[in-house]
Amino acid sequence: MSTPRTLRMGEAVPLAEIPRLDTAGFRARVTDVAWRLRLVALFGRPSYALTASEGRPSSSSVAAEGQSAVEPGAPVTLTAIFADDRNGQMQAFSTDVGASYPALTPDCPQANGFEREIAEQWGVRPEGHPWLKPLRYHRSAVPGRDAWGRAPGTAIEPSVTDFFRVEGEAVHEVAVGPVHAGVIEPGHFRFQCFGETVLHLEIALGYQHRGVEQALRHGDARRVMPYMETLAGDTTIGHATAYAQALESAAGARVSARAHALRAVALELERLANHTGDLGALAGDVAFLPTMSYCGRIRGDFLNMTALICGNRFGRGLVRPGGVRWDLDPARKDELLSRLAAAEADTKSAVELMFDSPSVLARFEETGTVSFDECESLGLVGPAARACGAERDVRQDFPGGMYRFQQIPVGTWSTGDVFGRAFVRWLEIQRSIAFIREVLQTLPEGDVLAPCGPLAPDSLVVSLVEGWRGEVAHVLITGAQGQREFYKIVDPSFHNWMGLAIAMRDQAISDFPICNKSFNLSYCGHDL
Amino acid sequence: MLSVIKARAKQKYRTSRYPAEAPVMPDRFQGLPEVKPDACGADCQAGCVQACPVGAVSRGGGRLAVDLGRCLFCGECERACPHGCIRFTRDHALAARSREAFVRDGGPKPLAAALDGRLRKLYGRSLKLRQVSAGGCNACEADCNVLGTLVFDLGRFGIQFVASPRHADGLLITGPVTKNMELALRKTYDAVPEPRIVIAVGACAIAGGPYIDHDEVRNGAASVVPVDLYVPGCPPNPWTILDGLLRLLGRIPDHAG
Repeated sequence: MSTPRTLRMGEAVPLAEIPRLDTAGFRARVTDVAWRLRLVALFGRPSYALTASEGRPSSSSVAAEGQSAVEPGAPVTLTAIFADDRNGQMQAFSTDVGASYPALTPDCPQANGFEREIAEQWGVRPEGHPWLKPLRYHRSAVPGRDAWGRAPGTAIEPSVTDFFRVEGEAVHEVAVGPVHAGVIEPGHFRFQCFGETVLHLEIALGYQHRGVEQALRHGDARRVMPYMETLAGDTTIGHATAYAQALESAAGARVSARAHALRAVALELERLANHTGDLGALAGDVAFLPTMSYCGRIRGDFLNMTALICGNRFGRGLVRPGGVRWDLDPARKDELLSRLAAAEADTKSAVELMFDSPSVLARFEETGTVSFDECESLGLVGPAARACGAERDVRQDFPGGMYRFQQIPVGTWSTGDVFGRAFVRWLEIQRSIAFIREVLQTLPEGDVLAPCGPLAPDSLVVSLVEGWRGEVAHVLITGAQGQREFYKIVDPSFHNWMGLAIAMRDQAISDFPICNKSFNLSYCGHDL
Repeated sequence: MLSVIKARAKQKYRTSRYPAEAPVMPDRFQGLPEVKPDACGADCQAGCVQACPVGAVSRGGGRLAVDLGRCLFCGECERACPHGCIRFTRDHALAARSREAFVRDGGPKPLAAALDGRLRKLYGRSLKLRQVSAGGCNACEADCNVLGTLVFDLGRFGIQFVASPRHADGLLITGPVTKNMELALRKTYDAVPEPRIVIAVGACAIAGGPYIDHDEVRNGAASVVPVDLYVPGCPPNPWTILDGLLRLLGRIPDHAG
């Protein structure tokens, strides 16, 4: 077996250096590392995307044929990227598969969603997958190939598929969604209940599928930034930064320290707005109205700070490959610092009130518990993982940009329950505020935007960003002419939805709202 | 209990005096574009048209126009124009009752007219809405949600988001309407008792936004249900949404803004 190619975050690796194993070797490698490394991404790509350096024809001859350039029956290349969080390194390896291959999920539960995605996107069937269902309910990109053997003309309806079902006297089923009671994105939740107790929750998404990845492969280049900024709109800065980082790495572009600093400020403001909003919403779900009202408003204060920088509350138009599009003049910086101080005091008063209330703690503690072992086997990320005691944070483990120069302490808790997920958010709020203040007070001088330059040909880049929900992972593969040949997006929610299902086991169904809110996952980020 | 009262005093009274007092928009806010078709230079290469990611800028018959319904307010056209023909202002009042009203080519600004007759009588002082996200990215949804917070306090205008379409007077739709949500949206619409109104919030719900013409989407709410009010933006600022809602209910005089 060839030695694995170790790669660092933001390193452009020549594709030819990524080991290509036979399917048995690939499976053996996955099984070997799955128990100690974390699966960042596992994806398929069509053979036409393989370039000359890998001994295959370049895409340029195929691209001319138009959009449906995937040949029927063409092999699909699977690539796995595992992270060694402790050592800040990753490894990547690939294999070619035909219409099916032996599933990895039985030995690597982290691969569950990824293998369903591969089956749906490329019509490749992972044989022996324990629960092979579509994720997003669309047709495969390979004409005539369907992992479920559905005829080309048949309609594919969301959630029209098998659901796990518990049988027995007094066992009943509760189905919720896609349209929910709140102002929230659509998804379908099916609970198997025994009385009030949930035995199993199955989450069926896909309603938000807009074809982002497909469009990134074939679509209009001018729309790439709008796609990045809206594929999970509450993570605009996170995804836009991951994309910019990927391009800059492939281009070997130098981004000014000032631009890095401003991106980090925007990323932490995004975290602050969402975490504060989540704490308020959690308070609301247990009917603790003061904190709900205050945090709802303070969340807006953080969004308005982002609008002070770039005019848009979500940071649309701020991050661009090569830097950022808006600079901070001294007056604006002072205004930002004074607003930050006011918001800090308000948040402290609102949140401490909640954590000092026994009635709130009684609802948060020992509700929706995920164990450390479950967290590791599912490969959870972000506050959901840190609440289980996993000290895992891209800002520490794979620092990019400003985080290489200015560290931010990782906040963890050990209980894995709703309280843990709430409390980790509170720790992060305090540290993000301190971090922003420090960055603004020592803001480097210089320009904020430079041209990015041409991309290195035949390369692979993994770009990671710690978004507010956890690890945002983008994988860029360039072709022979340095064009964007393939692009893979993994939103943190993709890893974490299964965590919510596990958290609900043996819980009262009435605790679903606070369990759900304590994860607050993205539907569109999952559905893409 | 004492700490609750102490915190209440510390958090102060925060509800805005809107609409009596106009909101202050951030100085870098990109609102209503000012379009000057007569300023296009003779040598114009139509860089604005080419720069727009969603085809919102056109020069049909040589006359420059910006379709606010498609517009993402990204400002690429403004940056591409050497003659200053397009300039985004800080004006946040953007909502309109028809798609046609959004085509800006230098004419007067479109402002949403109030509902008339029976609908205004029914809903002018009490409007209950069911929100349906159909492919929305959670930015429009978040800025609808924020209207419920105490700065905006939507409830004081008699407007409320309700949990069931059966309790609603209308729908507020976000997102380009993915094909996977089309049936659910239709069923939700059918479940709202008549007479009902529909409000499309955000570039996606108006025309598809960045996802316009994707095979996976329907290019906006109007392709599935009739729409009474459109609110542009990506996402619209909460003040823009509130302005649209209040204009629809006849709570802001037509000439204001």
